[in-house]
Amino acid sequence: MDFLNALALITNYILLPGFTYGSQLALGALGVTLIYAVLRFSNFAHGELMSFGAMICILFTWLGQSYGINFGVLPTALIFLPIAIGFTALYCFFIEKFVFAYYRRKKSDPIIFLIASIGVMFFTAGLIRFIIGPSDQNFNDGVRFIFNVREFKAFTGLDEGFGLKTSQAITILTTIILCSILFVFLNKTRTGKSMRAFSDNEDLALLSGIDPNKVVLLTWVIAGGLATFAGVLYGLDKIYKPFIFLQMLLPIFSAAIVGGVGNPIGAVVGGYVIALSELFVTFAYRKVLAYLLPESMEPSGMMQFLSTDYKFAVSFIILVIVLIVRPTGIFRGKTI
Amino acid sequence: MNDVLRRSLVFSTFAVAIVFIGFLQSWNVALGIFNLCLISATMALGVNIQLGYAGIFNAGVMGFAALGGLSAVIISYKPVSETISLGGLGILICILILFLGSVLGVIVYKSNLSQAYKKILFPLIIIVVLLLLNLIGAPAVERIEAFEPAASGFLGGFGLPIILSWIVGGVIAGLVAYLIGKITLGLRSDYLAIATLGIAEVIIYILKNEDWLTRGVKNVNGLPRPVPYEIGLQESTWFIELCENFGFPLVETSSIVVKLSYCFLFSIVVLTLFILSEVALKSPWGRMMRAIRDNEISARAMGKNVKARHLEIFILGSAIIGLAGAMLTTLEGQFTPTTYQPLRFTFTVWVMVIIGGTGNNYGSLIGGFLVWFLWVEAEPLGLYLVELITSPLSETNPLRIQLITNAAHMRYMMMGLLLLLVLRFAPKGIFPEGR
Repeated sequence: MDFLNALALITNYILLPGFTYGSQLALGALGVTLIYAVLRFSNFAHGELMSFGAMICILFTWLGQSYGINFGVLPTALIFLPIAIGFTALYCFFIEKFVFAYYRRKKSDPIIFLIASIGVMFFTAGLIRFIIGPSDQNFNDGVRFIFNVREFKAFTGLDEGFGLKTSQAITILTTIILCSILFVFLNKTRTGKSMRAFSDNEDLALLSGIDPNKVVLLTWVIAGGLATFAGVLYGLDKIYKPFIFLQMLLPIFSAAIVGGVGNPIGAVVGGYVIALSELFVTFAYRKVLAYLLPESMEPSGMMQFLSTDYKFAVSFIILVIVLIVRPTGIFRGKTI
Repeated sequence: MNDVLRRSLVFSTFAVAIVFIGFLQSWNVALGIFNLCLISATMALGVNIQLGYAGIFNAGVMGFAALGGLSAVIISYKPVSETISLGGLGILICILILFLGSVLGVIVYKSNLSQAYKKILFPLIIIVVLLLLNLIGAPAVERIEAFEPAASGFLGGFGLPIILSWIVGGVIAGLVAYLIGKITLGLRSDYLAIATLGIAEVIIYILKNEDWLTRGVKNVNGLPRPVPYEIGLQESTWFIELCENFGFPLVETSSIVVKLSYCFLFSIVVLTLFILSEVALKSPWGRMMRAIRDNEISARAMGKNVKARHLEIFILGSAIIGLAGAMLTTLEGQFTPTTYQPLRFTFTVWVMVIIGGTGNNYGSLIGGFLVWFLWVEAEPLGLYLVELITSPLSETNPLRIQLITNAAHMRYMMMGLLLLLVLRFAPKGIFPEGR
């Protein structure tokens, strides 16, 4: 019984939030990794792309709500997600056309691409703050919980319990579905295979008649779509804050690099590794240990490795360790 | 000759812009902008040493600037004797433990023990140090932070003249840069940018959360000034007489005098740094750096120690950024960790260097001046533009109100556009690097 109580506690405070946050990071990291695999640069604008997608979704949600549209128990934002994806993909299309296509033609150094992506980041950040303003927006209007802690306790009779938020269930499910689709696309379809071929060996791919412009545009569209998903799901789960997305860039990069940059499976695994370790390291284990240990050994302190304030630092520390010990990441990266 | 003409033209255009602001808005505003232009130029000089001389992408500018700000607090704030007696000893012991732990770590790392031993010893040292810090530090920190948390709750500083912190800020930033550089400088350029971006965030998190050191998000206000106060000037007889003789308004003149004194101090720093960087760039050392940047492999073949040179330049540049950070905190008179945002510090300084011309010190100067000028003036300019565009809409139209309140954020868009345009059409910047 005590063991089950401890498990319920860990599920509520680490596993569920960890897998939710991990899914959001994974979707973001997938976009970063795809761009890296095909265009060979680290896209600093990716956080702002997430923010952009979420913003469009919020704007349409407001519009929809003013006409009385809602999605029952689910958040209204989900109805407008496809529109937001369309807009973000279009935005990415313009970015590629007006900014990166030129450097691609000139075969510029990756660092020039990186600087250009910072320009895009600045511009997008300004655009977002100009349109929606710098303040927080809460746009989750569905039912908050599928079941909450109290219901769980009443149902199982345990002393501790966990609640499942609607946004958590949506995030985890969506991520599983999206990743499956993406992997099937990359491995089974002709277009996906041409993308992998392009990322693996550009010259050989050109030789076999693959259109580079098509591959690159497709990559941007997919990255934009994934970014929108990540941004909207993050906003639904927590809150939409224009400032948070630049901070999220770091865990996202960490996830991509830890998994092996350029490797989609690595990005997903990396996302979960980063998210779970952030929570495992900053969780106060006092109550859990109280259940697991005999009474005489009950701990007096919080039994916390690191204060919760340093959550973001964890992803960075993991990043540095991986960069020093195994720079190619868990799954050897570089190509899709 | 062409170079000289170009330089004098660009710099005098900037001077005209400042004078224009002086007449149009007020001399107070113009001088305020110019002071921050000088600080921006200092930061840009520091980044130029890294980015321009050696091609090192340091995305941690924000962190080093914040360390400079921290040093301003530690040097100038008067010591809080109560908190020192409450927890000073504990903190001192913690610093000692941290130091001994790192020394032990380095000894183990350098020793010729087998890898297996090292793998056990390293985590062991880290765990023991963390445990000791928790045991001794936590209660001390708790006692310090519990003391009058609304007004104090931190250790204070040494109560020395704040100008000293400019040097100390540079030294602290340089020391931290040594540690960071040791770990990250071997990385490829984009990984280095990501890693330094992360380190800067970690530094800011520490400054935000270690209340015993910086009061965290409660901010430190009322740092002493290196120049006279407005109130002091307005009360001193010689100043009142001076104003009466020339017919200047008393209050406005006093604040102009204060700003001018800051301007004088900052100008000395900027000029000294500028001359030193120019001399360094033209010296054999500077040529070596450019050789390493342009062709690392052949430089290595010539027997240059690339890693040591990179570390050297990383420390130098970061120290200058730290100095600029201390200057900024001195000017503001307060330390607010929440204002350190990567968009405002790190990436804006990059824009300054790139627009001015990477590798050219004149470029960094003018880049710092122009970009900061635009950054400030974007607000009235953006507001004007938005009002012009939305003028057909009625005064109470929600869209119009929304856009007008957000007009200030157009500065980010402008920065982005400026960077993209310069990168595309004039990748060498205003002043291209000479050969």
